[in-house]
Amino acid sequence: MTIKNLSRIQKIALRGIGLAAVAVAVTFVLSPYQNYQLAFVAAVFCATAGLTLLIGLTGQLSLGHAVLMAAGGYGYALVAGPMSAAGIGGPLPLLAGLLGALALAGVVGGLLGLAGARLKGPYLAGLTLALVIALPAFTSQIPGLGGDQGMRVPFVGVPDGLRPLVGVEQWHAWIAVVIALLAVTPLAIIRTGRTGMRMRAVHGDEVAAKLAGVSPARVKTGAFVVGALSAGLGGAVLAVLTQNVSPGAYDLNFSLLLLVAVVVGGLGSLVGAAVGAFLVVLLPWLIDTATGAMGLSTELEQRLSGDLVVLVFGALLVLVTIVWPGGLSNALSGRFSSLVDRFRPRVDQPAPQSLTER
Amino acid sequence: MDRLAFLLATGLARGLVIALFALSLVIIWRAARIVNFAQAAMATVAVYVAYAVVTWTGSYWLALVAAVVTGMLVGFAVERWLIRRVPRDNPLPGMIVAIGLVMILHSVIGILFGPRHVPMRAPFSREPLYVGDVAVLSPYDLFVLLLALGIVVALAVLFNRTTLGLQLRAAATAPEVSRLLGIRVPRMVTIGWMLSSAVAAVAVLLLIPTELGLNAHSADILFVHAFTVAVLGGLDSPVGAIVGGVAVGVLITLVTGFLGAGMAPIAVLALLTLVLLVRPGGIFAVKEARAA
Repeated sequence: MTIKNLSRIQKIALRGIGLAAVAVAVTFVLSPYQNYQLAFVAAVFCATAGLTLLIGLTGQLSLGHAVLMAAGGYGYALVAGPMSAAGIGGPLPLLAGLLGALALAGVVGGLLGLAGARLKGPYLAGLTLALVIALPAFTSQIPGLGGDQGMRVPFVGVPDGLRPLVGVEQWHAWIAVVIALLAVTPLAIIRTGRTGMRMRAVHGDEVAAKLAGVSPARVKTGAFVVGALSAGLGGAVLAVLTQNVSPGAYDLNFSLLLLVAVVVGGLGSLVGAAVGAFLVVLLPWLIDTATGAMGLSTELEQRLSGDLVVLVFGALLVLVTIVWPGGLSNALSGRFSSLVDRFRPRVDQPAPQSLTER
Repeated sequence: MDRLAFLLATGLARGLVIALFALSLVIIWRAARIVNFAQAAMATVAVYVAYAVVTWTGSYWLALVAAVVTGMLVGFAVERWLIRRVPRDNPLPGMIVAIGLVMILHSVIGILFGPRHVPMRAPFSREPLYVGDVAVLSPYDLFVLLLALGIVVALAVLFNRTTLGLQLRAAATAPEVSRLLGIRVPRMVTIGWMLSSAVAAVAVLLLIPTELGLNAHSADILFVHAFTVAVLGGLDSPVGAIVGGVAVGVLITLVTGFLGAGMAPIAVLALLTLVLLVRPGGIFAVKEARAA
């Protein structure tokens, strides 16, 4: 069977598995800290991939995507915690925890999606903003979520057979990459298929979409749910990595960071979401390293430490939106498309939708 | 019962601050069809200037003037140099740019002034006055009430009784026709931004003495509350903003007083959700959106 005979879905799955295999191979040459960063990137990618579909394809601006990740993290902790406390070992708590993450994030995403189907742009953005602000209140008011301290998440150790070969960070990176594969592949299939077309139709012209038999409410709610499911998986990965889930980690800043990632990467593009995920994880680290190396006074360094990153990201957000509306992926696809064409047959849409394209 | 009266009275003062801020969101929405997510951060910049003025001169009234003037300048700068360059065929880029602006302003304030809360004294006592045995408003609350009402009346006169107000309204509802009739629509939009941003600056200035102090993030919650109000009353309706603002202020104060401060954000979220359930299709009372 040649490549040409494969269906669209098989091609996407193959490409995903190939990329994941490359990522797993790369973990062997990375240091433990870099592996931790890679796992973090994979977790953020889960969330940004869903968010880029939500904003880029259906035009729904969610400022509360961090809450969906938090829901995934809490769902994981609520299921995996008691299981491992009951002495169940092996991969079972991890798998059950992931199901818990999917369930809780799916429910929250479904509720938000129902609201999103009724609300136009700014109203939805405001509702999700209120949700992010209310997250610490929820975790401290609902018993069993551990308040501001958050919940402890059981440690996921390396299986005995692999222990001589891989370290803990590397094992976690593998878990993260595989979960990202499972989370993003369905999104890629949705994006290039019929559902993706419906999403674009609803974004482009709701009335025309209705006339063509597409239900905008169902499409918008569906986009929220699939975005929430993949964000929930990302949250579960973060919970495994940090062995903790707390409301402080999923504040408004983190939500805005996810937004920066998808806008800078290019709205509607999964490649852009991946680039954005790398950017929001690695840029803060780079900036911290750079300010640390400049030998500034400790007071100045403390002031710069958190805020300089936010400043850079804010400036990027404004610049990309005004100067470069398609984001990085659009700019790159223009420049390198001829090069890429030489190596692979194009299956999906030629270029990601830009903001201004309608 | 005494407690209820006290909470209702303070809720009214707090509600008017929220109403004022919501009103600023309504002004900008009516002028430019944009929900300005950067409103709180822009107002905070103006209040920092006001704080500097009050530290230098010791006069609260000069600080109030400074807040209004800086608010206008910030609104002018943001509209002319930033928002005007954003593609307008779809609301997304405008919102995203506003959020980027929030991040820039927050981080610059944070770098310049650090994370601590700067205390700001109220111009009047915050000790409650007594009517009989019942504690009601403090002089400061009374001042907030009067100033907020004064601004609301002034804005109502401006929009309904003056030529400029008529031009502003015309430019907002029918820009093409207004341009044909000789109204400078871009200038009206800029004036809308300046007005709105000045009103927001006053609202934040009034809020700060009742909170922990001045900080890059001290107006964020106010924005969320004001936004809730905007959904309640409709972004097109100034009256809705005022009534909704007082209602939300009283609700927050009652919930904080009887159930604890932790419940307040949940109450606001519940109110938002309830409104959305009761009014399916959103709270677009008048019409959906201007086409261009």
